[in-house]
Amino acid sequence: MSLRIVVCVKYVPDASGERGFADDLTVDREGVDGLLSELDEYAVEQALRIAEAAGGEASVTVLTVGPEDAREAVRKALSMGADQGVHVEDDDLHGSDVMGTSLVVASAVERAGFDLVVCGMASTDGVMGVLPALLAERLGVPQVSLLSEVSVTGGVVSGRRDGDTASEVLEASLPAVVSVTDQSGEARYPSFKGIMAAKKKKVESWDLEELDLDAELVGSAGAWTEVDTAVERPARSAGTVVKDEGEGGLRVAEFLASRKFV
Amino acid sequence: MADVLVVVDHVEGSVRKPTLELLTVARRLGTPVAVALGAGAAQTVEVLAGHGASRILVSEAGEYADFLVVPKVDALHQAVKRVDPVAVLTVSSGENKEIAARLALRLESGVITDAVDVEAGDEGPVAVQSAFAASYTTRSRVNRGIPVITVKPNSAPVEPAAAAGAVEELAVEFSPAARGTRVVSRSARESTGRPELTEAAIVVSGGRGLGSGENFALIEALADALGAAVGASRAAVDAGWYPHAHQVGQTGKSVSPQLYIASGISGAIQHRAGMQTSKTIVAINKDAEAPIFDLADYGIVGDLHTVVPQLTEEINKRKA
Repeated sequence: MSLRIVVCVKYVPDASGERGFADDLTVDREGVDGLLSELDEYAVEQALRIAEAAGGEASVTVLTVGPEDAREAVRKALSMGADQGVHVEDDDLHGSDVMGTSLVVASAVERAGFDLVVCGMASTDGVMGVLPALLAERLGVPQVSLLSEVSVTGGVVSGRRDGDTASEVLEASLPAVVSVTDQSGEARYPSFKGIMAAKKKKVESWDLEELDLDAELVGSAGAWTEVDTAVERPARSAGTVVKDEGEGGLRVAEFLASRKFV
Repeated sequence: MADVLVVVDHVEGSVRKPTLELLTVARRLGTPVAVALGAGAAQTVEVLAGHGASRILVSEAGEYADFLVVPKVDALHQAVKRVDPVAVLTVSSGENKEIAARLALRLESGVITDAVDVEAGDEGPVAVQSAFAASYTTRSRVNRGIPVITVKPNSAPVEPAAAAGAVEELAVEFSPAARGTRVVSRSARESTGRPELTEAAIVVSGGRGLGSGENFALIEALADALGAAVGASRAAVDAGWYPHAHQVGQTGKSVSPQLYIASGISGAIQHRAGMQTSKTIVAINKDAEAPIFDLADYGIVGDLHTVVPQLTEEINKRKA
């Protein structure tokens, strides 16, 4: 039996650029370059490794939801080695919160068909880290999340989850939703051959109608949270910076004492 | 006054400090009702009552330890039905955020994560968040259902407040999904005797400038002098100098302590993303051009190998 893996990826504003909000308080995607979220590269990597471990009996589909540019995130994952892509794009998706986004992703995953869904631990823009859990809740399958190690054997996914106070070994029967951390293993770079091959791979484009979703359930209309204000934080007023001339440590201690930390 | 459900973070009955901060936040919105789940839950009652919990719902079922996340979602769902609160608050952590989101979905409510403060507003709680590596501050609301909000540690002071603390047994009926993800084994993280990074009031971090893993001893000595947690930059972690659990930054942990001391850390955007909301920032770096100095309330341009030991010694002297 073939293992159908779907990797969910997000196209995000580059963190090294000037990120900000548009007039409607959604993320500004015009003012800054986008790219495949770094944390999703780990998800693509683990999906490919799981597929490789399954021999020829696996397929990896990259899925993204987002505006036209988001297709670039799919292309990157295809050049890393994923087999095919799905891009969900619809003007009515603009302004979706995580509830709306998880509804769209869940519908698309179901339509694509899956045994295993692999996600990154969080996006690098919203950084909520809850989409994998919401996906599991909506799909009615186990979540095996925040894994630093993952493997699939005989229809069971297992992995290690490192929490604040304990490290846990988890397992669940497929189908399941997995998320992986940046400790799961360095993501591969696309090879020239991979980049050339990616150009020939198929990327399907779906909209809300194809997913049988009502526009009222997504986008700003379907958002259950509302951002009232987004204010650019004033740059921290320049502090005192002094050169160490042998007494640097003493001066820091004085500063800490003046702020009552010592 | 309306009830606010507060999810208790505890380790075998010992309540973690961020939960006490959460009770302070909850009192701004209404009357706190606490829910404590798992082994030792009943032992949390006294401290919760001493910090404003009017009622404490307790469930010690084994499912919380044996299976991941969903048993707790089931329990909170049933607690919400019993209490009918105006909001549900929980401490931001990887697991709690997942629990909060699944609970919100079941309640058909919006969820807000990583609030750095929560205010009482005319249309319900207003969550203050920090976005894009703390370059923006946003105010958000849940506009449907019972707001479920996760709040970061160090967002409010701990304030004792005597309350009734009436204990109620919460008998939870688990859903079939609750047993979906088995916890095959669990090993407690080795205790360093230092505070947990994400909830520490003071964090001392080291980076590439340390030059070696052995030199983290300088950082640890300073941390111990201040009763602080130890952090590390990604460069230091990737070099194998310090365990990943201590990584501060975009792909590590996000911290928001009263005081953050960065030593030998240049302050790349990925690191700043994880520490920029610290209340007071001190930087020690030999490169005067390091971006970390743009954030620092106090900076020393100098060699950390001499500055840090001198600082540690002076603090120990002042404490003596």
